[in-house]
Amino acid sequence: MRPSELVEDDRVHRDVYLSEQVFALERERFFANTWSFLGHASQVPNAGDFVTEEIAGRPLVMVRQPDRSIRVLYNRCAHKGTQLVTDASGNVGNYFRCPYHAWTYKLDGAPMGVPLKAGYDGTRLAACESGRGMAPVRHLGVHRDFVFVKLGDGGLGFAEYFGEALRSIDNLVDRSPLGKLEVAGGVLRNVIRCNWKMYLENINDTVHPMSTHQSAIDAATALWKGRGADEPKPMAMEQILPFGSGYDFYDRMGGRVQPNGHSVLGTNFSIHSGYAQPPGYAEALRDAHGPQRAAEVLERSPQNAILFPSLAVKGSPQSIRVVRPLAADRTLVEAWSLRVVGGPELLFERTMAYNRLVFSPMSVVAHDDVHLFESIQRGLAADGNEWVSLHRGFDRAELEGGGARDVNGTNELLMRNQFRAWARFMEAGA
Amino acid sequence: MTAAAATRAVDAALERELADVVVAEAALLDAGRYDEWLALFADDGRYWVPLFGAAQADPVAQQSLACEDKLLLALRVARLQNPRAHSQHPPSRCQHVLQRPVVEATGDAGHRLRTPFLYVEARGDHELMLSGTCRHHLVRIDGAWKIREKRVDLLQPGRPLPALQLFI
Repeated sequence: MRPSELVEDDRVHRDVYLSEQVFALERERFFANTWSFLGHASQVPNAGDFVTEEIAGRPLVMVRQPDRSIRVLYNRCAHKGTQLVTDASGNVGNYFRCPYHAWTYKLDGAPMGVPLKAGYDGTRLAACESGRGMAPVRHLGVHRDFVFVKLGDGGLGFAEYFGEALRSIDNLVDRSPLGKLEVAGGVLRNVIRCNWKMYLENINDTVHPMSTHQSAIDAATALWKGRGADEPKPMAMEQILPFGSGYDFYDRMGGRVQPNGHSVLGTNFSIHSGYAQPPGYAEALRDAHGPQRAAEVLERSPQNAILFPSLAVKGSPQSIRVVRPLAADRTLVEAWSLRVVGGPELLFERTMAYNRLVFSPMSVVAHDDVHLFESIQRGLAADGNEWVSLHRGFDRAELEGGGARDVNGTNELLMRNQFRAWARFMEAGA
Repeated sequence: MTAAAATRAVDAALERELADVVVAEAALLDAGRYDEWLALFADDGRYWVPLFGAAQADPVAQQSLACEDKLLLALRVARLQNPRAHSQHPPSRCQHVLQRPVVEATGDAGHRLRTPFLYVEARGDHELMLSGTCRHHLVRIDGAWKIREKRVDLLQPGRPLPALQLFI
């Protein structure tokens, strides 16, 4: 089956999650055609600072240049393929030097020197790829310090690809009176034995918390029983109790699907709306951004915004999740914490606490999610039904137009929209 | 017997008593006796698994896999005992393999012990082994030993991990 045949208007074939061939094609085409989140400029403050990452099986290094710009290079020596750097982060100094045969490269990847230069006289080296230095990732997009890459020449340009979805990053960044965030505190890393699209789909699933997370919600409710409604809650209770808010709450929170698979869930309110503002914070934001923008930012705390296919963003807490496919049935999910530069420290504590409570490998909330994703990955092998239902709220009119569209919070258009984009970007040169 | 030797003898007895607390604590976890385990913690007790292992000084500015007061520990135990804890079908089981606990510091504020360990958590057809060092801060409250802090410094806590459902 072709990828487009795996995605119907209201359901998807199990092979989108199970097939090794589909996964190989995703690595070749889908990630060549779409923009993936790579990292944040605050990770590489000084010239020569680098972080290594792997996207769709490709080893990459993001490095700060002497002119303050950021470049992303393939992390392989032009000679034999050695990775130039193997730490997760660090500083290379003024140039890259291969540990194997000492070939050297400028920070932009341009070749500098090789030992025994005379040995290459009269050879084809200069005309070959091997003579051109470290290959750059040519399609690089940076929006307010969030760095994205597209690995191939197909697909759309950065601005057109994300469009309105970049406003979700603005909502996060404008939480800072200085318009500046820093990655801080360390990254929680989970490996889940399920397909990456299943995880991404669940980020837009508002119907699962009541049943999936029942044990955590029951336990929290029982522990908090008998306390007054006004009694200040410990941060963990403030964060965990709203999970059990009920179908009606999740339906009314609203969502918005955007072209190319992006979305915002919780356009009206979310489980994060009730967090108390730290004293003086709203005033500081009004002083910095003006009353209108400050209100826009503070009154909009979506459950999740997705910058398809690799990034899920919350505004409050300042938490992002990065989704990295490892195999058809294995996905890396990272939870990063962002510090609001110039903002109250309480915001950072809240972000760290939320990530720990909900996205840690030891999270009591995530355990049931992870179990169910892994259960689905196995369950789909069953005979009798090769399809996954995405029928809820389907309306033929949603197939027209192609622009952004507002929906109720439990509408599975939030997932259909991802798969429609997926099928399109799975086509060669989409 | 000289005075100095008598002090050493008392210290050795105390050291063994403290080590017994650490060993018994792990045995309660391995047996799934969570209510008794929870009762070992002082009211202001903390269970802490720092994301940066032994290198981590700060539980606030740096992230942790878990950093839980008694309320959150009680939440974790209550959830594990809930039949709707889907991820416990089938249930997880664990095995702590401890090296001899050694008293690192002792004083009026309690005693600090260091215990290298291997930890195995198994569920269904998966089994995960972790290694590291536990650091217990034990205090005497109303005639009983209580845990003020159990800190678990894993060898490689920052690597991608599958779900860790029980207590290391």
